[in-house]
Amino acid sequence: MTTRSAEHETGFAAHAEHTPPVRPAEPLVRFEAVSKAFSSGIAVDKLSLDIFEGEFFALLGPSGCGKTTLLRMLAGLEGPDSGRILLDGKDLAGAPPHRRPINMMFQSYALFPHLNVENNVAFGLKQDGLSRREIAARVARMLSLVRLEGYERRRPHQLSGGERQRVALARSLVKRPRVLLLDEPLAALDKKLRNETQFELMNLQQQLGLTFIIVTHDQQEAMTMADRIGVMSEGRLMQVGAPAEIYERPNSRWIAEFIGDVNLIEGQVLATDPDGLMIATGSAGPLRAVSPSDCKSGDTVWVALRPEKVRLSCERPAASEANWVTGKVCNIAYLGEHLAYKVRLEAGFTMKATLPNATRVAEQRIRSDDRVWLSWSEDAAVVLTR
Amino acid sequence: MKSVLPGARIGGARVVVLIPYLWLVFLFLIPFLIVVKISLSQTAIAQPPYTPVLDLGGGWQGLKTFAAALSLDNYSLIASDSLYLVSYARSIQIAAVSTVLLLLLGFPLAYGMARAPRRWQPALFMLVALPFWTSFLIRIYAWINILQRDGLLNQLLIMLRMVDEPPAWLASDTAVYIGMVYSYLPFMVLPLYASLEKMDESLIEAAADLGCPRWKAFWLVTLPLSLPGVIAGVLLCFIPIVGEFVIPDLLGSSQSMMIGQTLWTEFFLNKDWPVASSIAIVLLAVLLTPILFYQRMQTRDLSERA
Repeated sequence: MTTRSAEHETGFAAHAEHTPPVRPAEPLVRFEAVSKAFSSGIAVDKLSLDIFEGEFFALLGPSGCGKTTLLRMLAGLEGPDSGRILLDGKDLAGAPPHRRPINMMFQSYALFPHLNVENNVAFGLKQDGLSRREIAARVARMLSLVRLEGYERRRPHQLSGGERQRVALARSLVKRPRVLLLDEPLAALDKKLRNETQFELMNLQQQLGLTFIIVTHDQQEAMTMADRIGVMSEGRLMQVGAPAEIYERPNSRWIAEFIGDVNLIEGQVLATDPDGLMIATGSAGPLRAVSPSDCKSGDTVWVALRPEKVRLSCERPAASEANWVTGKVCNIAYLGEHLAYKVRLEAGFTMKATLPNATRVAEQRIRSDDRVWLSWSEDAAVVLTR
Repeated sequence: MKSVLPGARIGGARVVVLIPYLWLVFLFLIPFLIVVKISLSQTAIAQPPYTPVLDLGGGWQGLKTFAAALSLDNYSLIASDSLYLVSYARSIQIAAVSTVLLLLLGFPLAYGMARAPRRWQPALFMLVALPFWTSFLIRIYAWINILQRDGLLNQLLIMLRMVDEPPAWLASDTAVYIGMVYSYLPFMVLPLYASLEKMDESLIEAAADLGCPRWKAFWLVTLPLSLPGVIAGVLLCFIPIVGEFVIPDLLGSSQSMMIGQTLWTEFFLNKDWPVASSIAIVLLAVLLTPILFYQRMQTRDLSERA
């Protein structure tokens, strides 16, 4: 199942509808060659990144890739070994966490167990020495925003997981931070609640016009909510871009394989021309694809092809088709909303292809061991050089 | 068959529950009632050294004369003779000061232990508990050696040229406080450590993140969350220190006695069992409030965790 298709089928493609914010010239948050090592190894490695006002930015990566460390450095809970972190153009070095106009929602929620909901949310405002009336008014407004009216007197241990999550969110939002950091905010929720909460978070961010930076290991979550995603691995940013950009134009095999499902076919560039290039692949025959900018004859490249961009048919495609290969179906997985096929090509490659489940399964014409043709246009695949 | 099995199981459960109750009845309630009875008797040169003695052979009439002979004279003696009142007051004062000192010393110690790297914590825990491996009496005798005029402490002070004349430490309140703090420190540190150790470090981070400086986060988060540990530690020290006998007897002055010493004197020197018993009963009444408070805290802690 690919992330894109999942979004369309479950209707979670809201970010495609709202227009991305107009990007100001100056970034709100800037990481400049930031490094951080722990005794266990390097967590963040000379990382540079700009995040702009009003953005919903997601740091996505496998666990241990340094994304939480990056977030904690911005909050001031860890100090970078080298490099600078700037907020509004000002270096944050030396500013302790309590002086930063940044709030964080912790993965564990870190609610104060000895305080009730109201006092948990009011905690940050009390530190600012606001009047009692203003604190009460802002807490009440925030609790209604996260739909927790009537829960003021409850203690954290009397709340459900979802309610606790909303208290944590209210507590970190009530100070109207310049940046809200969310460390795996939905990880502790069950799947249904997680999907609902994704929408709520996006609405809140739009409504309040704040900058959100979220850390997640869940690519669907990142794709659904974020305006831009930074994909991290081993302390480095592998690619930064809008969800569609990262999915459609991955810059490396690592990204192509990390985000969604992909067929990766290794080959050598045979010839280049203005329209594209010919690639000789040992396992799938010669292929045609649109050329990446830095590619010349003889280079080793990888053709990355998403399974849902492959057409599957029982008949030989028309000669006008840019690419086609043939093989035998060796595996069909019925996934409800779509069907995933594995086709063993004559040259040896096993190609993945998915088809939407448009007809009833009994009427599916393609069966195991059938001979099929796979075809795709020349701009369906991406040629990767690393 | 059907009805026998569950019935048998309930019977077994009852026996298990009965054992602690039997223990309490035979080793606490009955001895306590005996002490209450003696406290209402008069001293006598006899064996046992008090009257009346309950003689069940006398029947109903005997029981009546026995009850008529009981009186509250010992309690009025305790209330009227300032010796006892001063002794009680002094015990409570020493216990209160010792407990405050223990808290001031024990809290940073427990906090340091709880914040130490995980792999050190068993070793640190062991260091706090280690004195229990030596007899309490021997450890107090060791303090006599340390505190006496030519003892280790004075040798050290003279070596460091901090004093010219060796001061007399023994037979003073200072020595009593040193002994109390030394002996009861584990009872303060261990409950504090237990409550601080299970505290989530991210709560302090959250407080800092919400604009609270570290010292303030200690007051607003760490301290309130360690309060059950503080209360447990305070009561575990205060209650036994009030009745402490060995430490003031070996390290303190004979001029001013704690209530435990007064009781000992009445019992062993004056052979006045009734007065000694009434002192014990009054001491129990004095300590009943903190004991009940401690019990309530424990039950509340348990029910909140469940």
